[in-house]
Amino acid sequence: MLDDLQARARQAAPRDVSYWAVRGVSERAQHLTVRQDVAQAPALVRDQGVMVTVIAGGMGYAATADSSVAGLKAAFERARALAQASAGKTVFDYTSLQMPQPQGRYDSVVEQDSAALSLPARIDLLRSISAATRVDERIVDWSASLWTVHTDQLYVTSEGARAEQHWQMLTPAIQATAQVGGVTQTRSSAGQYNGFCQQGGLEVLARARFHEDGPRVAREAIELALAPQCPSGEMDLVLMPDQMMLQIHESIGHPLELDRILGDERNYAGTSFVTLDMFGHYRYGSDLLNVSYDPGQPHEFAGFAFDDDGSAAQRQRIIERGVLQRPLGGAISQARSRALGFDLGGVATTRACAWNRAPIDRMSNLNVEPGDARFEDIIASVEHGVLMHTNCSWSIDDSRNKFQFGCEYGQVIRQGQLAEVVRNPNYRGISATFWRSLAMVGDASTFAVMGTPFCGKGEPSQVIRVGHAAPVCKFADVAVFGGAA
Amino acid sequence: MQTAKSSLSSFSSVTDQGYTLALADAVLSQAPDGVFVSLYLAAEASDFIRFNRAAVRQATHVTQAYVTLSLSQGQRSAQSTLTVGGDLASDVPVLLREMASLAGDLPLLPDDPYLLLPDVVVHTHREDTGALPTPAQVIDAVHTHAQGLDFVGFYAGGPVVRAYADTRGQRNWHRVENFSLDWCLYHSGDKAVKTSYAGTHWLDDAFAARVREAARQVHMLGVPPRSLPPGRYRTYFAPAAVAEMLGTLGWGGFSHKLQQTGTSPLMRLVQGEAPLHASIQLQENTGRSSAAAFTPNGFTRPDHVPLVTDGRHAGSLCSPRSAREFGVPPNGATAGEGPEALHLAPGHLPEGEVLKALGTGLYLSNLHYLNYSDRQTCRLTGMTRFACFWVEDGVLTAPLNVMRFDDDLLQLFGPRLLALTDRAELQPDTSTYGERQLGSITAPGALVDGFALTL
Repeated sequence: MLDDLQARARQAAPRDVSYWAVRGVSERAQHLTVRQDVAQAPALVRDQGVMVTVIAGGMGYAATADSSVAGLKAAFERARALAQASAGKTVFDYTSLQMPQPQGRYDSVVEQDSAALSLPARIDLLRSISAATRVDERIVDWSASLWTVHTDQLYVTSEGARAEQHWQMLTPAIQATAQVGGVTQTRSSAGQYNGFCQQGGLEVLARARFHEDGPRVAREAIELALAPQCPSGEMDLVLMPDQMMLQIHESIGHPLELDRILGDERNYAGTSFVTLDMFGHYRYGSDLLNVSYDPGQPHEFAGFAFDDDGSAAQRQRIIERGVLQRPLGGAISQARSRALGFDLGGVATTRACAWNRAPIDRMSNLNVEPGDARFEDIIASVEHGVLMHTNCSWSIDDSRNKFQFGCEYGQVIRQGQLAEVVRNPNYRGISATFWRSLAMVGDASTFAVMGTPFCGKGEPSQVIRVGHAAPVCKFADVAVFGGAA
Repeated sequence: MQTAKSSLSSFSSVTDQGYTLALADAVLSQAPDGVFVSLYLAAEASDFIRFNRAAVRQATHVTQAYVTLSLSQGQRSAQSTLTVGGDLASDVPVLLREMASLAGDLPLLPDDPYLLLPDVVVHTHREDTGALPTPAQVIDAVHTHAQGLDFVGFYAGGPVVRAYADTRGQRNWHRVENFSLDWCLYHSGDKAVKTSYAGTHWLDDAFAARVREAARQVHMLGVPPRSLPPGRYRTYFAPAAVAEMLGTLGWGGFSHKLQQTGTSPLMRLVQGEAPLHASIQLQENTGRSSAAAFTPNGFTRPDHVPLVTDGRHAGSLCSPRSAREFGVPPNGATAGEGPEALHLAPGHLPEGEVLKALGTGLYLSNLHYLNYSDRQTCRLTGMTRFACFWVEDGVLTAPLNVMRFDDDLLQLFGPRLLALTDRAELQPDTSTYGERQLGSITAPGALVDGFALTL
């Protein structure tokens, strides 16, 4: 479909518009699940189509799965009609935009193509992991799954731009539920919503320790079912990278999306406590907080060379030594901000989840950079606190300020030593002050590359892949609590 | 009053029954011997327009159609979901190639003891024709009626299709033309009034009247807001807020599999340890909704499935897979076993007497971002949102700054439920993840005691 899309787009494009772009996407995915040692039917997806963008007075988009010249012509006509219908009634004068004109190519780094593992071999692998996960009769439900995705994308414009990108992604997952004495607890390998997801081939499975992780997941589920509730009170909190990813996502990523700050999301996902005048001086966190947009972080889920408006992706500091530097906004949002008198810069992060959605400002790879504390030193520094692994509950207000997050697995820290396991560990806080309580940042040995396939936002709604890498971090004096007695 | 004509988008071939039937016939007639083959089509031709400050931010048309091709032989099955473009000459060969590929996979797969296929042939047909506005009409209406207001919203409209066909000859067709325009009028900061206008026949005057009413309400947000300390409060939840809580319960609460494995948040209700208030009558009410009367794998949905009767657990949503695994009949649930047409029956509190019955406490119009803080005990956390008020002696006195809550839902709708209002409101599912939704929740308002605010 993508091979001669550029030629068909040129043939179909109208002559009387000031700008057009065509983004073709072809994605193949396979989702395999073995639950309680029973293989479920393989679920394949072959999704392909084209999004056409036109500037003609206003800006219009039209998506079609018919990528023939006739199909593209019809899409161009619809996009042009929408652009013309909105001319003079838009939030911004789109005709003044200078859209990026990318040239180049991106390929995920793949050591061993996932296609090398046959369907029967994949099922055998999942069955062996499933069988190993049921360590004893206290495990009442268990599963192993593998989700492979290959995505090809071509972006071309009326000005002759051409950006070709190819991604390969894997998401392995293991889950176990234990019941002991009327208590039910679920533990997962990296999150019940797939926290371990990376670009790459079969080597991703080794990085996830997928082959041998089932017994660990099951043992920890049983530990949790036997554990007391997490204690309540104000105390030190140590977050592992598979919870840091959620903390970054909800209380740094979403509030810094420039379209939210500009008000686009107020009817659905919400607004932001961050305003246009905060960039360059607002103290977001302690001096230890350094946050980067890093499209080149090896293996990370949302790496790319160009965003879906064609902007070239480059690593940028978003927060430096705790001070807010720049928003997560692409070319259009940056231009809208400039028109309002705020020349904020931004990053290449305008993205669409598929061919049938128009791009909006998203998180991509958004990471907390490592510091210099060893894990042992972080634990040794805690007189009274809790260490938390793996997000399982998240909630935050529509300005991205008052949050409450829950984790699968907690462990009390007492007088500098890791002590008993606790269940239902939760904590709550306020974004505007929470990051200022960042007290220690783990070194590179504690740094892990995580992500999620399921970041929701937008009207129409879009679920997109994002990456978050982080070290282990300690926060001081946080409100921590457990479940109901 | 102005009635609009259907937009051009409704003429897309992927939403036409003729295309779907021809596609199904062409593919199913080539099914391999001894293999059960089914096609499920989910298609739409949608106009999406998002507004910010009463101006257009993005205007998009999407024509999309996905066919899920499923093959089963004995206890083995495989499936693939593909995009089709609406041209039979190119779509049929693509599906035939995929069918051949899946047929080649079947011998490689192990038996699935929990595979269950429909055993009776039931044809259904539903076609709801609307009178939808063109995108230009929607843009003009917002530009005209919301001018000068901080109007931020989203229009989605056009035909939505769900269709099923299989080698046994079953044919199901469900096509609905509808629209929703869902918006907020902001006063300042995060203070807003949320309103929607949804239906099958667009009337410009009806939209204008709703904007005027919302503009009148938004003035009430001009009073300096009040911040409350954490604690327990007598509270009225408007129907949209009740629907938010019910929607979160739907996240596994009614799943037969999760109830059997002990991971449903409603386990204490299921086990009889924590019954709800005796006035709670909750059911999955597909027969009175826009949802299709059949599932993607060809099972017919009953008109209704009782879930809670007189406050007691009365049933669950059971997929074919769970039915086979746990030895019970399926009841029209999809694989996720989530509700699509939850209906909470109204009570007896007249809507006009809500403030008087509340007396002093919280009036919550909307809730936001709910999740479980302790799934096993059905403890929910979330935020208040939009137009929420402090009420004193039956009078709205000040808007509330947003507050976090964390409370036991089985208690709230159990011993702490004081009354349900006498009218249940339909709340259509306006989310558009992947596709426009046909689900809904119908709920009355609820008056409760001791609602726990925590931050």
